[in-house]
Amino acid sequence: MKINQLSWMIGGPQGSGVDSGANIFSRACAYGGLYVFGKREYHSNIKGEHSNYVVRVSSNLIRSHLDEIDFLVTFDPETLFRHIHKVVPGGVIIYDVNQENITVDKIPTIDKQANKRIKKFLSEKGVGYSVGDVVNYARDNGILVYGIPYVKLLEGLAEKLGNPQIAKMDVMINVMAVSASLALLKYDFNLVKEAIKYVFKAKKKVADLNIESAKFVYDYVLENFEETNYKLQPVGRDAVDLIIIQGYQASALGKIAGGCRFQSYYPITPASDESVYLEDNAVFDLIGENGSEEKGSIVVVQTEDEIAAITMAIGAGLAGVRASTATSGPGFSLMAEGLGWAGMNEVPVVVTLYQRGGPSTGLPTRHSQEDLLFAVYAGHGEFPRIVYASGDIEEIFYDVAKVFNFAEKYQTPVIHLIDKAMANSIATVKKFDLSRVKIERGALVDVFSDGVYKRFKFTETGISPRVKLGTENAIFWNTGDEHDELGHITEDHEIRTMMVDKRMRKLEIALQEIEDEDKAIVYGDEDSDYAIISWGSTKGAILDAMDMLRSEGYRLKFVQVKLLHPFPKDRVLNLIGNSKFLIDIEHNKTAQFGQIVKREILRDIDYHVLKYNGRPMSLSEVYSALKSILENKANKIQVLNNGD
Amino acid sequence: MAIKIDEIKKLTLEEYKTDVHNDWCPGCGDFGILQSVQLALFELGIPRHKAVVFSGIGCSGKTPHYVNVYGIHTLHGRAVPFAIGAKLANPDLNVIVVGGDGDGLGIGVGHFVSSGRRNVNLTYIVYNNAVYGLTKGQASPTLKLGMKTKSLPKPNINDAVNPIALALVSGYTFIARGYAYDVKHLKEIIKKAILHKGLAFIDVLQPCPTYNDINTKDWYSGKDRIDPVTGKPIPRIYKLEENGYDPYVHNPDDPNEIQQKWIQVVERSLEWGDKIPIGIFYVNEHVSSYEERIQGTIEHYLEKPPAHQKISLSDGRTNVKIDRLLAEFTTRVI
Repeated sequence: MKINQLSWMIGGPQGSGVDSGANIFSRACAYGGLYVFGKREYHSNIKGEHSNYVVRVSSNLIRSHLDEIDFLVTFDPETLFRHIHKVVPGGVIIYDVNQENITVDKIPTIDKQANKRIKKFLSEKGVGYSVGDVVNYARDNGILVYGIPYVKLLEGLAEKLGNPQIAKMDVMINVMAVSASLALLKYDFNLVKEAIKYVFKAKKKVADLNIESAKFVYDYVLENFEETNYKLQPVGRDAVDLIIIQGYQASALGKIAGGCRFQSYYPITPASDESVYLEDNAVFDLIGENGSEEKGSIVVVQTEDEIAAITMAIGAGLAGVRASTATSGPGFSLMAEGLGWAGMNEVPVVVTLYQRGGPSTGLPTRHSQEDLLFAVYAGHGEFPRIVYASGDIEEIFYDVAKVFNFAEKYQTPVIHLIDKAMANSIATVKKFDLSRVKIERGALVDVFSDGVYKRFKFTETGISPRVKLGTENAIFWNTGDEHDELGHITEDHEIRTMMVDKRMRKLEIALQEIEDEDKAIVYGDEDSDYAIISWGSTKGAILDAMDMLRSEGYRLKFVQVKLLHPFPKDRVLNLIGNSKFLIDIEHNKTAQFGQIVKREILRDIDYHVLKYNGRPMSLSEVYSALKSILENKANKIQVLNNGD
Repeated sequence: MAIKIDEIKKLTLEEYKTDVHNDWCPGCGDFGILQSVQLALFELGIPRHKAVVFSGIGCSGKTPHYVNVYGIHTLHGRAVPFAIGAKLANPDLNVIVVGGDGDGLGIGVGHFVSSGRRNVNLTYIVYNNAVYGLTKGQASPTLKLGMKTKSLPKPNINDAVNPIALALVSGYTFIARGYAYDVKHLKEIIKKAILHKGLAFIDVLQPCPTYNDINTKDWYSGKDRIDPVTGKPIPRIYKLEENGYDPYVHNPDDPNEIQQKWIQVVERSLEWGDKIPIGIFYVNEHVSSYEERIQGTIEHYLEKPPAHQKISLSDGRTNVKIDRLLAEFTTRVI
């Protein structure tokens, strides 16, 4: 019996409630004190294409997903066909018993490549192409198969409640499927009920009806089906206060807490969720003078394009406001010129860059880390910028205030790199601690009365006192042209050199001032021969894989670099220490981070573990890749390709 | 616009000028626009630190450097979104945007149109000379089809946009045209535009003495057509207000009136060649400004706009309380 150790997947057509189903499941688990990590996959489509959600549950902290599925929860044949090969022996499949005759060829959303792949898998196993065939195959291979008569159950519920309409309410099937799985897991129905209440909190009637149907299915399953090899049970967790949250929400909350009061954006997947959340929560509570209750707010503007998004944010930045925009690759491409202007005029602005698969439109809803070098180099000419990457949802929250601090202290644009995997993952994390959020505004001055104000005054650090537009006695000028200390255009060759040096000097100061812990972090055995180097959302799978490998006696360390530009060479060298082998793990084809590290520390990277198929690395993949390296069986480059 | 007249002291006109060397060509229409902007700020008594001039790229882009108020010389075509960002962050600022016709109606035309939908309280002045001056006289979006200025190798095969009509259909609530060499008239328009609540657009006919040898000062003043009776030129430019033209929308609830106003704006905007109107084409003071619309969802917006909000406690910690927001994510059953 596996207790509180589960890899659970729900799938279905987009628009059928896969998300809300997974949300109910995750939340029900979290309400019981369990840790969850959920990964969402979806097409660039509104209705009909396949989407799925994998949720891992444990009584201990988990940070990544597994390819292997213990519970496959379906209510359409496509999910079963697409994911049958991942279900482990002893695992569980829930399916619609009325769909047994449907074949792979009858499903238009299974495209040719997937159709071929599924049939290849089935024919190799000698299995036919219908749901019934697949179910029989599963049963023969030790998988417990549970056919749920969803339609009949709806009819039964309609009869029970005396409301014939209910028989037709197949919109509730997603919740019924989730409830069936939780019944098989013998999980406390009260927590399921609370989770449903939460997910449908805006619609009480819908919530009530879904609770009725969930309970109906729950009881049906308990009465009619045998036990599984799995069990979920609540654990007491009074000491740690957890929240369950997605990456884009953490970024939005980080902006509110970090003092961002202006955000402009143009709709783009997967970045716009953040802006919409901010708009929805534009007014929030503040501690006023003398501890009084006050309200603060953020102005969110949906612009006509990303050029307007970044330039508007810069305009707000000139007025002294912490301002940002959130976008993804195609939008960031349009922002390059604005970024340069902000660098040239030393205006703090934050670009939250949610990476997705590129180039061009690429994979709009899929994961990647392809924009690192673009973030480091975007824009013509030379100007200072800071590029900073968070590694997980919790980091995102605390990093947001930091990136705004960097922007204001070094008076320059900061690109905060997030990615689709983090944006759309859901995880239980420690409740955010506001006492850890510090606001540092650098050389921003409220009052100026010290003679002629020079916005670009030459100083030892390259950082000049900065005022907000509207400050008395401190008129200044800005221009994208090279300029003098006042901000007026100049083409003088001497001033040019001094101004370039002044601007770039700020990066040296940033490298001196930014805390080591904020530059790069080390995990694992510090004197290990093997050092993983990586950045961004690979962190979760790497740490989980290291835990597994450690229990097998392997020693590994992991250097997570957060400050990617300017590159903290000394810190990284220090953390790598005497390790003999460097293993670069990242989500792109050309090992972009590896290129930077190699150039900076003048050392070859021994192994690359790369993935660029649009799906985040699973724990299973990272574990195998690392193990083959540790066993000295790996090629220099390993390309991972698991997906769904 | 809620102008806060200088409480401190009335400045002199000179104090609105900088000592930066002005490198526009001699005789450039830009000088008249610059002077009009300075005069408008001076006569309205706007404190220097409460005014910001944003500009795009090109000859007109240099304007802010010659005005002694906050001056932000931005990117080609992007002056308006920069300005909107600053204005929404701090609505107390008096924001004027200047730019060329290529800037606003070519590369930046998307922002030109989209800004009309917002009606942010600012004044946008377009220097309209039908050429790209600083890059040596290519055809701009306002050069008419078939025209060949001396700098063009071949006649223009693009048709021209109609800035006045475009502003109208985009939603600008104050639409006017000035003439760069009639400073007295132009500065009055600019003053009215600044005082207007909402987005004001001023199309300024601005001869480029170096590259546009068609729409010259002499051409506008009709030196090529002498009245046989008086022996004097018959000016092409006339003032709308001198002909009893009423640009104001008086009753916003009367669809017929709005329709009539739109028709008269379009009719007048089509006049060119023999008769070219300047003056105020259209004013609708009844449309809500973007600031008012924000105020609709953020009650304290105008009282505590982003630029006036404190974001930390005295010890540097954030002053935000997110417990209410975090409640949504709690793992405890509520």
